[in-house]
Amino acid sequence: MSRGASADPVWLRRTLLTVGVGWIVLLVVAPILAVFGGALGRGGAAFLDAVFHPDTLSALKLTLLAALCAVPLNTVFGLSATWLLSRFQFRGRNLLGTLVDLPFSVSPVVAGLLLVLVWGQQGWWGPWLSRHGIHVVFAWPAVVLATVFVTFPLVVRELLPVLQEQGSSEEEAAILLGAGGWTMFLRVTLPNIKWALLYGVVLSATRAIGEFGAVSVVSGHVRGQTNTLPLHVEILYNEYRFQAAFAAATLLVMLSVVAVAVKGFLERRAHR
Amino acid sequence: MSRKLPGFGLSMGIVVFWLSAIVVVPLVALVGKATTLPWEGWSRILLDPRTLAAFRVSVACSLAAAALNALMGTVVAWILVRYPFPGRRLVDALVDMPFALPTAVAGITLTSLWSPHGWLGAPLAELGVRVAYTPLGIVLALAFVGLPFSVRTVQPVLEELPGEVEEAAGLLGADRLQTLSRVVLPALRPAILAGFALSFARGLGEFGSVVFISGNLPGRTEIVPLLVMQKLEEFKAPEAAVLGVGMLALSFLFLLPANWLQTRLRRRR
Repeated sequence: MSRGASADPVWLRRTLLTVGVGWIVLLVVAPILAVFGGALGRGGAAFLDAVFHPDTLSALKLTLLAALCAVPLNTVFGLSATWLLSRFQFRGRNLLGTLVDLPFSVSPVVAGLLLVLVWGQQGWWGPWLSRHGIHVVFAWPAVVLATVFVTFPLVVRELLPVLQEQGSSEEEAAILLGAGGWTMFLRVTLPNIKWALLYGVVLSATRAIGEFGAVSVVSGHVRGQTNTLPLHVEILYNEYRFQAAFAAATLLVMLSVVAVAVKGFLERRAHR
Repeated sequence: MSRKLPGFGLSMGIVVFWLSAIVVVPLVALVGKATTLPWEGWSRILLDPRTLAAFRVSVACSLAAAALNALMGTVVAWILVRYPFPGRRLVDALVDMPFALPTAVAGITLTSLWSPHGWLGAPLAELGVRVAYTPLGIVLALAFVGLPFSVRTVQPVLEELPGEVEEAAGLLGADRLQTLSRVVLPALRPAILAGFALSFARGLGEFGSVVFISGNLPGRTEIVPLLVMQKLEEFKAPEAAVLGVGMLALSFLFLLPANWLQTRLRRRR
């Protein structure tokens, strides 16, 4: 495809490049630099102190635990839902698709509210559970549930177009040739969707690690116990301990940079 | 589509269980809790001046941010697809950062950057422009979180736009600006609209990045999610539920057309 014949005039090219790149620098690059600026503003020792503070490390641990619980659960769910939506016709299929996508359009704060209304003291099962010594809201299980909710549709969203485009003929051939269900899945379906699946997993993990609103409603902010890393950043910031807040935030920035890099790698593999 | 494939029962079981536990039952609980209030309760909460002001702030700022993103997102998508400039892949990766960066981190760093003492806020403050703790700050935060949605809906459409059409327009005597405004822009319009709607919907519910920079002044820079949070902290669960139902209704009002646009886009491709 030759675009030489329709190339934009130089002045337009320069203007759009300046505006576009300038906007990214102003909106995205400057805030990232400001995190490091704020974190290192009072020297390397203070930075390391904040990063290796026990509260920061325990918040990091809970954040990773929540992601490690939520992502596999949603991956199994996402594979099942995509298989169902792409390979079978049944009544209520459209409704199912809409419901799967629904958490995407729910505000994180409302997501937290939903959890409180089911699992909390003013909720459906909360009073019964707490009489039996099980605490969900304001404890780590609610943090996991909130993370599950906000990452719920991500795997399906990545897998569904790929499985739909692939069609089912290869799988039908495998079954006709005598393969069992699991053999078909492991040998035919999975190899075809592995990059899209990994991509969905990375997106979910990214979202899981960074979730703030929903977790903020249900966690109770108990330092060293139910604080995730984003909540820890918030608390430090609200206590005017800006340097410590930004130091803890650098951990999250580095995790996001890794996520974006992995995403780029997966995209290039998927296009090959 | 075939019934011959295995796994229907197992997938259906997993999906129905997980969907009920995570989405359906909580939604029923929300509506159930909200309906424990009589009708007067609903109107008292939803028509309260503070609630109305919060809805106004949320909608107006989300609209402004989505419009800004429609414009800048299209420019960014255009340069990423059409201009091979040094550092293009870096800019492409940076577009994803707002999605990957936790919203709380975005919130605190945008606030420190644009506050009257910040790197960018201080020079603006001397000109008399305040960004942090004003509606302008909310728009900025929402533009940040919405950016990837706008760019990533326009970019693939632009990539698949056949160059021949533009060449034909050129051969038929259109100058470059005419070609852009009469040929390219109409082809991109559905994608730009879809990006606008996604960015707007994201903005309505956004909490983490806004709550730091907005200053949370009731009636001026207070957003609806914050009101929900406050009702919960005051142990007024039914009132929080009413606000939650209101927010859900609002986002569906805008998301339904957006989804419809997106399916149409996908079908056309």
